[in-house]
Amino acid sequence: MRRYVLRRLLLFVPTLFGASLLVFILLRLVPGDIAEILVYQTGSESSTVQKKQIQQIRAELGLDRPVLVQYGHWMWDALRGDFGQSYSQRRPVSAILAERFPRSMELATLTLFLAVIWAVPLGVVSAVRQNSWVDYLARIVSLSGLSLPLFVTGALILWLLVRFFRWIPPLEFVPFTENPLENLKQLIWPALCQAYYISAPITRLTRSQMLEVIRHDYVRTARAKGLAERAVVYRHALKNALLPVVTFVGWWGGRLLGGLVIMEIIFVVPGMGTSLVQAVSQRDYPTVQAFIFVMAVVFLLVNLAVDLLYAWLDPRIRYT
Amino acid sequence: MARALGRFVIRQPLGAAGAVIVLAMILVALFAPALAPHGPKETGFAPYLAPGAEFPMGTDQVGRDVLSRVIWGARLSLQIGLFSVVFGITLGSLWGATTAYFGGVWDSGSQRIVDSLMALPPIILALSLMAALGQSITNVILALTILLTPTAARTVRSVALGVVAAPYVEAARAAGCSHARIIARHLIPNCLASYIVLFTTNVSYAIVVEASLSFIGAGAPPDEPSWGGMLTAGVQALETAPWMVFFPGLAISLAVFALNLLGDSIRDLTDPRLRGGLG
Repeated sequence: MRRYVLRRLLLFVPTLFGASLLVFILLRLVPGDIAEILVYQTGSESSTVQKKQIQQIRAELGLDRPVLVQYGHWMWDALRGDFGQSYSQRRPVSAILAERFPRSMELATLTLFLAVIWAVPLGVVSAVRQNSWVDYLARIVSLSGLSLPLFVTGALILWLLVRFFRWIPPLEFVPFTENPLENLKQLIWPALCQAYYISAPITRLTRSQMLEVIRHDYVRTARAKGLAERAVVYRHALKNALLPVVTFVGWWGGRLLGGLVIMEIIFVVPGMGTSLVQAVSQRDYPTVQAFIFVMAVVFLLVNLAVDLLYAWLDPRIRYT
Repeated sequence: MARALGRFVIRQPLGAAGAVIVLAMILVALFAPALAPHGPKETGFAPYLAPGAEFPMGTDQVGRDVLSRVIWGARLSLQIGLFSVVFGITLGSLWGATTAYFGGVWDSGSQRIVDSLMALPPIILALSLMAALGQSITNVILALTILLTPTAARTVRSVALGVVAAPYVEAARAAGCSHARIIARHLIPNCLASYIVLFTTNVSYAIVVEASLSFIGAGAPPDEPSWGGMLTAGVQALETAPWMVFFPGLAISLAVFALNLLGDSIRDLTDPRLRGGLG
């Protein structure tokens, strides 16, 4: 077990290395850099002066060095926990991270929670009544969640709230620890939208797993010994059917941190997604690098946790 | 043929309904030039005209006919969805299948690349790609292809691992078949079911992601009649011109919904465990 965890943790290294290098090179391919943005924004001087200023800023930030050298420096600093200074916000990236990470984490957790409590029962009902109108209705309802792009769903919800309730969710973010109610008033809407969107594949998987499990002998035995249908479905079938669902939900959950971008923009949540989109458009390399790095770490850790949980839930699986 | 079709309709009524809608969409896309009353980029009408006799779906912020753009949008969305999926899923499947077959360093090395790609948030990856490549329809297809490839590689690899371990592959090897022959005759045919499922489920995904990219300003160029671009403009004018959201929204949700229904049914059909009623 310990060896398994250790090996998995070791596999993090090449993955994180690959992911960060990929982003690093990709960003350098984007035309324009922060020096140009800064100078052309403020400058009214002649073009030769501007060119000089650009050169100067690049030299200061180390952008004039070869890309791989820059990457080496970045990696070396990052390994020691130093993500550098943000180009556009002029403060340490770690400070921005510390501010934004908990917000996106909260939104992601809320989303996942809502998605699971809605999607799993729907999948169970759909399986137990396979090919009945309940099944069709459940599938239609869950699939329709995927059918509109999230930004449209979000905008429509905002519009409906304003139109029919003359109420708009708070546009100013309040931390949960400060005022939970005010915080939820804002976050519940993006969480609901995103949850509805990601619930369709969870419902589908729950349904197909239930359909498979329900045909097993032990389910027949449970029925034969006269257990109530409820007990058969929930105690015997669902417990086993949920195993792959756990992996799948974990996989989604790990990716959610970076998947909330659209919702954060629509509902003005100052989380990691909004920050990241802004940083990409401003060529704020250190911020993008650090945010992607943290998202990748969370993704890998969640996946590892899910795999371990899996072994604990299913005694047949033992990692060696 | 007709009988098989009839069986599909009875067994998978939702899938059949989806197929009909998808077919209608393909027809609209094919005959867009004949169906659309105006050109998709034709301006010069009054902006923000409400739906009426002349413009059944109204006009948009620069005075283009929404109906014509929705019709041309079907062509563009299908084009983006199909091309990116054909490239991405095929590339990913071949990648996953061959690395699973050869195993060893090849396999573990390629798995690390797949992991790296998957650890990146898809929207952000697409955004950076679009920023690096520049906004054009070809580049949207390219960015989506890169998003889809690792997912397909991972899925097909796990299927292929099972195939490679099967006795008939061993028998083929013992009989002296070349690698190329085993891959072409045994491996690929046996991975085909998951390829088809990946294919049908990801066309709709690609269409929705394209729309989301438009929203963050990294989709097709704004004058192109993409449903995502139209929705983005519409969301900004929701108060004054709700029809700018309503009609493209209806089009995209109908298309995506139908594609998903069809994909789901095909998935059920390829999974023999899910056939029939409760035991």
